[in-house]
Amino acid sequence: MQVMKKTDRGLSNKNLLNTFVELIRRASSDLPVDVVTAIKEGLLTEKRNSIAYKTLQMILKNIKLAKEKSLPMCQDTGTPVFYVTLPNPPLSPFVKGGCSGIRGIINQAIKESVHKLYLRPNIVDTLTGKNLGDRTGPGYPVINFEEWEKDYIKVILMLKGGGCENVGTQYALPDSRVNAGRDLEGVRRCILDAVHKAQGRGCSPGILGVCIGGDRVSSYEESKRQLLRSLDDRNENPVLGKLEQSIMKDSNRLGIGPMGFGGKTTLLGVKIGSLCRIPPSYFVSVTYMCWAYRRRGFEYENEKVRRWLY
Amino acid sequence: MVILNSPISKKEVVKLRAGDTVHLNGIIVTARDVAHKYLIEKKPKEYKKLLKNGVLYHCGPVVDRVGKKWIIAAAGPTTSMRQEPYTAEVIREYGVSGIIGKGGMGDRTLEALKKYKAVYFHAIGGLAQVLAECVVDVKDVFMLKEFGSPEAMWVLDVRDFPVTITMDSHGNSLHKTMYEKSGAILNSLITKGGL
Repeated sequence: MQVMKKTDRGLSNKNLLNTFVELIRRASSDLPVDVVTAIKEGLLTEKRNSIAYKTLQMILKNIKLAKEKSLPMCQDTGTPVFYVTLPNPPLSPFVKGGCSGIRGIINQAIKESVHKLYLRPNIVDTLTGKNLGDRTGPGYPVINFEEWEKDYIKVILMLKGGGCENVGTQYALPDSRVNAGRDLEGVRRCILDAVHKAQGRGCSPGILGVCIGGDRVSSYEESKRQLLRSLDDRNENPVLGKLEQSIMKDSNRLGIGPMGFGGKTTLLGVKIGSLCRIPPSYFVSVTYMCWAYRRRGFEYENEKVRRWLY
Repeated sequence: MVILNSPISKKEVVKLRAGDTVHLNGIIVTARDVAHKYLIEKKPKEYKKLLKNGVLYHCGPVVDRVGKKWIIAAAGPTTSMRQEPYTAEVIREYGVSGIIGKGGMGDRTLEALKKYKAVYFHAIGGLAQVLAECVVDVKDVFMLKEFGSPEAMWVLDVRDFPVTITMDSHGNSLHKTMYEKSGAILNSLITKGGL
């Protein structure tokens, strides 16, 4: 009976809508503290008044300005990628229309965010080339739904810029171009090759999300999901943790630096996960995130935000 | 640090070298994918005066309208490589002296920079707020209705717009040098093994 009662009460879509708009504002204008800290740490490794130092200084100034003005830190407000975790239906505080109800609220929140200048009108019909303005359409935004046993909603939003998305890449091992076999040394070679090929074009210093294994789609998906981890966390798997450290160290030896101008800060972080695979496939997927690593989240319970994430 | 005023004469262009940091003043015109295609396929004559010795900016800004005024709310550079198929021809047709963007450009553009005397200015990617503050006036906008706001050609008056020359009119490209230099380091790291 108690469960029924909770279900009956329902959630106000208006409150949830406002929370989504605030989520978008925070994501677009206010860079999470783990990322800002990593950029500051990068600055300290660079020679004072070198171009790398000045570039990172300028980036920090930009971050501060965007926060003060509640305006996009980068005009490419990217593809909004949402990760929505809903309570199991019997426990669920009712959101009208379930997943499609949430989708409707998100689409409305995007429309409002375009009018408030938190987002650029950033969606184009691929066939006609026409900009759809404040509207949304198939593939934009990306929304991933999941369920869990807790009785509140969790939402994470990542704004994924186009420049860095374009330098993401996938390898199928063995890969003779980079002399990579089907082992961790092969994986290492692929990832370092991706960092080298990207140069500054993904707006370095960047953050890598990597997945080893899976099929082509799940592998790319998991590589992006790795970016939800905090920059200062530790990989639960010691083998992957060691690989992360090794890639980080070697990448920052390449000398590419901020924007490819040269310097020690090529990457701010490396996050690697793995999925099972079938014997014929061995994928290494790399998602490159620019320094404007915009991700924010919230937990929502009883008509209000339980806590903000990141 | 070099202070430059746009339009930039070809005489000034040849003095500039890859590696120079520049504060740019004057008129710059935004152009992204759709505008480049339009400039090449339709060859509209009315832009010739505007772009002669002018500076193109690879940027799709966030723009606000306050009363009758346009306000640039965010305006960082976009990836320049997407304009590689068009840029050599745009430089030749319109006499452009400078391109602002990010990530650098390829061999065709580098050749055109040399042949027709122009430079590539690298702005810092993602610097949307700092660069928006350098815009003191929006002078005009072209093809707004046709292309939509991010793809329209915005004529911006800027002050102290910070950029670094990474490709010059003498055939130098810092992007090429960096690719080779970091490639050599990569090879030594691979040979050494890491795990």
